Amino acid sequence: MVALAALALIVIATLAAPLYAAHLSGTDPFASNLSGSITLDGIDTPIMQPETEGLGFGTTPIGPTGTGRYFLGADGQGRDVMARLLYGGRNSLVIAGAATVLTLVIAAVLGIVAGFFGGWVDLVISRLLDVLWAFPVFLLAISLSIVTISHGLVIGPFTIASDSLLLPIVIIGIVYVPYVARPIRGQVLQLRQSEFVLAATALGVPRRRILLVDILPNVSSTLIVFAPLTMALNMIIESALSFLSIGVQSPAASWGTIIEDGQGLLYTRPVVAIAPGVCIVLTVLALNVFGDGVRDALDPRAKLRVRA
Amino acid sequence: MRLKTLFGATALTLGALAGTAALADTRADLMKQHRGGTLKLNAHGSAGTIDPQINYETEFWSLFYITNDGLLGFKKVEGKDSNTVVPDLAEELPKPEDGGKTYTFKLRPGLKFSTGQDITPTDVVASFQRIFKVSSPTAGSFYNGIVGADACLKEAATCTLKDGVVADDKAGTITFHLTQPDAEFFYKLAVPHATILPADTVAKDLGTTPPAATGPYMIQSYDPDHGMKLVRNPHFKEFSVDAQPDGFVDVIEYNFGLDDQAGVTAVENGQADWTFDAPPTDRLAELGSKFAKQIHVHPLLAYYYVPMNVNIAPFNNPKARQAVAYAIDRKAVVGIWGGPNLAAAQCQLLPAGMAGHEDYCPYTTNPGTQWTAPDLAKAKQLVEESGTKGQKVTLIGDDKAVPKALATYMQDVLRQIGYDASLKVVSHNIQFTYLQNTNNNVQIGVSNWFQDYPAPSDFLHVLFGCDSFHPGSDSSINMSGWCDKKVDAEMKQAMITAVTDALAANRMWAQIDKEITDAAPAAALFQPKQVDLVSKRVGNFLYTDQFHMLFSAAWVQ
Repeated sequence: MVALAALALIVIATLAAPLYAAHLSGTDPFASNLSGSITLDGIDTPIMQPETEGLGFGTTPIGPTGTGRYFLGADGQGRDVMARLLYGGRNSLVIAGAATVLTLVIAAVLGIVAGFFGGWVDLVISRLLDVLWAFPVFLLAISLSIVTISHGLVIGPFTIASDSLLLPIVIIGIVYVPYVARPIRGQVLQLRQSEFVLAATALGVPRRRILLVDILPNVSSTLIVFAPLTMALNMIIESALSFLSIGVQSPAASWGTIIEDGQGLLYTRPVVAIAPGVCIVLTVLALNVFGDGVRDALDPRAKLRVRA
Repeated sequence: MRLKTLFGATALTLGALAGTAALADTRADLMKQHRGGTLKLNAHGSAGTIDPQINYETEFWSLFYITNDGLLGFKKVEGKDSNTVVPDLAEELPKPEDGGKTYTFKLRPGLKFSTGQDITPTDVVASFQRIFKVSSPTAGSFYNGIVGADACLKEAATCTLKDGVVADDKAGTITFHLTQPDAEFFYKLAVPHATILPADTVAKDLGTTPPAATGPYMIQSYDPDHGMKLVRNPHFKEFSVDAQPDGFVDVIEYNFGLDDQAGVTAVENGQADWTFDAPPTDRLAELGSKFAKQIHVHPLLAYYYVPMNVNIAPFNNPKARQAVAYAIDRKAVVGIWGGPNLAAAQCQLLPAGMAGHEDYCPYTTNPGTQWTAPDLAKAKQLVEESGTKGQKVTLIGDDKAVPKALATYMQDVLRQIGYDASLKVVSHNIQFTYLQNTNNNVQIGVSNWFQDYPAPSDFLHVLFGCDSFHPGSDSSINMSGWCDKKVDAEMKQAMITAVTDALAANRMWAQIDKEITDAAPAAALFQPKQVDLVSKRVGNFLYTDQFHMLFSAAWVQ
């Protein structure tokens, strides 16, 4: 319940990003503000503060103000870190969530079809999954991102622009398919031999109906258990890709891009990199704990294993 | 000559001689006191081949200047004098003959390579042939004016330059014949690509094999993954303090591996004496306040700029290009580099400090000589007038911290003035050539240019001359693809004029600078300064415009 509450809190906070930016921060989190200033305690303060000590080298973004404007300070472009953190969280969650749905849908279709039909269908699908599985996940995601980031992705009549969020969603959605599809296939292989499926087949029930009425409901609990865990993995991979500049593209933000923005400010404004890092840790932790809870709730055998 | 004048002249001469003797004593004393030890240098990575005729990286050029020599060299002194060309392996600067098309150099006697071989005119001829045989990156741009260079550029393997570079081993002379007068010929002979190597040096990239040296140091070992070691050249005798002074330290160790952050920390802790990479911007404040005594700042003859492709939309429209130049907040980009103490706003295309430079800034709120503030309203108006508003623009940035921050800012500028701008960040290792190749259809990018030698043509003619535009090639340094026949002819005329009348040529360059700046094939951002952090034990830090830190001048004990 705590994990679910934490997740809900994070989601609500990120949904409130436009409200924060418009009414509290009063800045555009996607526009550079290198020459701007704000009033703090009645004093006009530059966002990018020139060093006044010693030789007067360098400019440092304003630090956390503790007020509505620049609550967590500014990044290297003079943008409000808090506003970007909220917008970035929204993108991270949307990408991780949508990629998870995509992973589960593709994995469910492939796993059920391979397991149920068997024969050459199973052979082809299983080998394809083996090929996909042979690649280290991050290497595959990075490779796909680098190839598609230049000109976007063109699949038949559909084109995804290189700066579209759909691009990381599709890439991340694909790389974890084998990890979900294989257990689903295994489960369907068992279900196919179960009495109720054999009975339905003997009675001449159409295969499509068996798939939808007998098989799918029985694998749905597996899919539900996988959902939060896959989402946690997807969030990490999205952050990694964005950190490497091959995920979410500027000026949009995700927690990964904000960590990258903060990389050059570790000595002077560490909060820029630490804040999104903390958000990722908390969200992934909450998703994993929530996922464990769901598994305990939907998979009684797992409970028994734990107790034993 | 009157008697009084003669007495005066004699007194002055004696005074100068006494001064020279005192200087020599001082230098000898210093050499006695400080000679020895190991200078420890650091860089994040190596810079490729150690073939001085091929490598084109500042990181290694500063080493080649102390390991190798050309016929001529840049004076190894602090300040503007370091841009002066002095005789190096040659005895003196030759006088131009045949209207500036012929120069005869005489080698200093008794010079040897680090291998023990004598340096002969035959080695000089072979070295110039080798420039073409190894496809030196400047073979076609610096040395194409030598008679016979055309044939060498076409058929490098059979390059002889027989009518262009003529050796007379008995007289110890080498005669160069040029196709036309070249006011920058001496500069071109003073850069590492014109290094003199033994005639039997293989005519292929030396890679990691150390070349024979003529300077006070020679490369003993080189591993691009780990480091390089330079030791004293046993056959070196100081033949010219100006061109190639002896070094203080016995050994120079160059370590590769520590990144910019770790490099700064290593120098602060005394584990390294100097680091090649510019200090990260988040360390500048710390360096300026806590390590002020170990910091050296010098203006660079260089600038960061935004080349715009004049051959594809939207920047094939001059108003669109001018709009970008008007919209840039140069105070902001100076801040990205480290603030006004480390960079100066710039809106013309010939940097301050370069011959021919006259302050000029049309792209500001109050056009005149200095940039004051961006004129966003004017920029938006120009975009409207150009009919390019709303067009998609992809800006190419590189993945190093400062260039990426500049690119992110420029993306914002483009969006502000009405373009649908996206940013594509490519690896620093390929961005420079990626911007140059027209096959990549780059519309706009962020780049920089550092002088090869101190001549205005090295900026204006190299970056905006028709000869520098090679469609479909990675080596097309005129990234904008801007080729104005009239301005190009003016630049060529200015280069010819410089042979006989440098002042008149400088006036011409000032006018050309204005014409190119007005056409805005690129928008200048700022002129940076070099920040060098040295360890506490380093003494006699000497900075020159050409080689930056002069390693042979530094001592560590």
